[in-house]
Amino acid sequence: MKLYWKYAAILLKSQMQYKASFFMTAAGQFLVSFSALLGVSFLFDRFHTVDGFTFSEVLICFSIVLAAFSLSECFARGFDAFPRLIQSGKLDQILTRPRGVVFQVLTSNMDFTRLGRLAQSILVLCYAVPHSGIDWTAEKILCACLMLIGGAAVFSSLFVLYAGFSFFTIEGLEFMNIFTDGMREFGAYPLSVYGGGVLKFFTFVIPVALFQYYPLLYLTGKSQERGFLFLPLLAFVFFLPCYAFFRFGLHHYQSTGS
Amino acid sequence: MIELRHIRKEFRVAKRGSGFGQAVKALFHKEYETIHALQDVSFTIGDGEMVGYIGPNGAGKSSTIKIMSGILTPDGGTCRINGRVPWKERTAHVREIGVVFGQRSQLWWDVPAADSFDLIRDIYRIEDDAYRRTLARLTELLDLGELLKTPVRQLSLGQRMRCEIAASLLHSPKILFLDEPTIGLDAVSKIAVRDFIRAINRENGTTVILTTHDMQDIEALTERVLLIGRGRILLDGSLSDLKARHSTRRTIRVAYEGDRLPPFEQMKILKDRDGHAEITIDTAVLPVQEAISLLAAKTELRDLSVSEETVEELVVSLYQEFAI
Repeated sequence: MKLYWKYAAILLKSQMQYKASFFMTAAGQFLVSFSALLGVSFLFDRFHTVDGFTFSEVLICFSIVLAAFSLSECFARGFDAFPRLIQSGKLDQILTRPRGVVFQVLTSNMDFTRLGRLAQSILVLCYAVPHSGIDWTAEKILCACLMLIGGAAVFSSLFVLYAGFSFFTIEGLEFMNIFTDGMREFGAYPLSVYGGGVLKFFTFVIPVALFQYYPLLYLTGKSQERGFLFLPLLAFVFFLPCYAFFRFGLHHYQSTGS
Repeated sequence: MIELRHIRKEFRVAKRGSGFGQAVKALFHKEYETIHALQDVSFTIGDGEMVGYIGPNGAGKSSTIKIMSGILTPDGGTCRINGRVPWKERTAHVREIGVVFGQRSQLWWDVPAADSFDLIRDIYRIEDDAYRRTLARLTELLDLGELLKTPVRQLSLGQRMRCEIAASLLHSPKILFLDEPTIGLDAVSKIAVRDFIRAINRENGTTVILTTHDMQDIEALTERVLLIGRGRILLDGSLSDLKARHSTRRTIRVAYEGDRLPPFEQMKILKDRDGHAEITIDTAVLPVQEAISLLAAKTELRDLSVSEETVEELVVSLYQEFAI
């Protein structure tokens, strides 16, 4: 863990070499996600509830998904930018060092400018929490925290899966963006608004609903099912097949010519 | 101890013609071509040896290095390095090796090399005492001093390469793989790097495996040469053996009184102008001293020099001989 912070420090130091660029990108990230926020608020100008959820409740959902996504983009950036790691030969270097591959990929790249987005989601959360009318008991706070952690785990797992694919091809991998960047956008609304089929897909195939829809039901008091509270933890299981696929890809790694 | 037996490695590469139509076609149907990078590679390298690994581009040099350093998994054959299989016991294995890819950097670009070294110390869990000693020695041998405080991106290539080599030796590896360590360096840096490699090999008993296209590297550093071509080891021997076996050709340059040389049997006159001539002979057919007495008998010599093939010419003739 000490080594992790050392890596983080050296990466932060590197990014701080270009201070102006760093802060402008961070500010840009902060502003860009406003467009999504505006979309939500325009929608609620016309309709007062979406599938039974109020504006503040949707904002909570929106900000937690955004925060989870920003966290994984910042700290799992190495997997998100994995094709570049292969092309530049950095992966070869990682493999010649006596530390775990996942650890080294995680520490190969951290994009701290993404924290601009995190800042925005925290702001939104600060607005939504008192307005939501939710009685914030310890359990509900725990629920929100688990949603955030579970979300970061699912997004990070998706990046790992993406990295696994990039061992075989880099063409046509954009479809993965539907689940990562796409989820950041349409994950703003509770997944039930998209219909039962979509909800099932995002429950059993890619477990986005496990950290988003079901705990949200519990959080907003629409369901008294206590089990929903712990569903985000189940989302962690999603990491296993993604990781297995990544190992499979690594075994077939061909490296690049020098 | 490095032992490779019948190592095989194939690559599948997507084949695609040029042009838009082909690109669209490739979207739906991909054709693959199998490239046999390594077909049957076997060799043994003992502790403390310094070996030059040569061959033309695409012969499989880098693939072999990558298999030995645990980056690639071969499709067949066995490889044991100090008793370990590199790709199976990767972390234990890489702790004992150092790898330098001449065309890639292992240092963090935007921070001083000292910061990178610090991080490498933690990655390898090097004891403080040992680290300080090694770093002091490397700093002295490679004349790093001030360089360590400069951001890596501001270093010249030669300065950076010295830092790269130091970085790969901080954990005192038993085996050092150098993939084209002198590529692009100026004469002074090249000599500094070579001297250093020799010192490390002599003083620490580090096994060094060197791939290069610079034959002066080979001549200056290695006792033993492995030649690879078309995925096979074609030759394995000392440089002097190679020279003795493959280089019976000598070039004789003469200056003489007169206009033109008369023709000689078994001597090939390459150039002959204004009393200066260049002749090649094959010493297996005609020994040097006989050639000289023949020349002396027919003309009045003013000056004469005999030179053997350079290593470059030797390698070219080897490549031609094996048609690689």
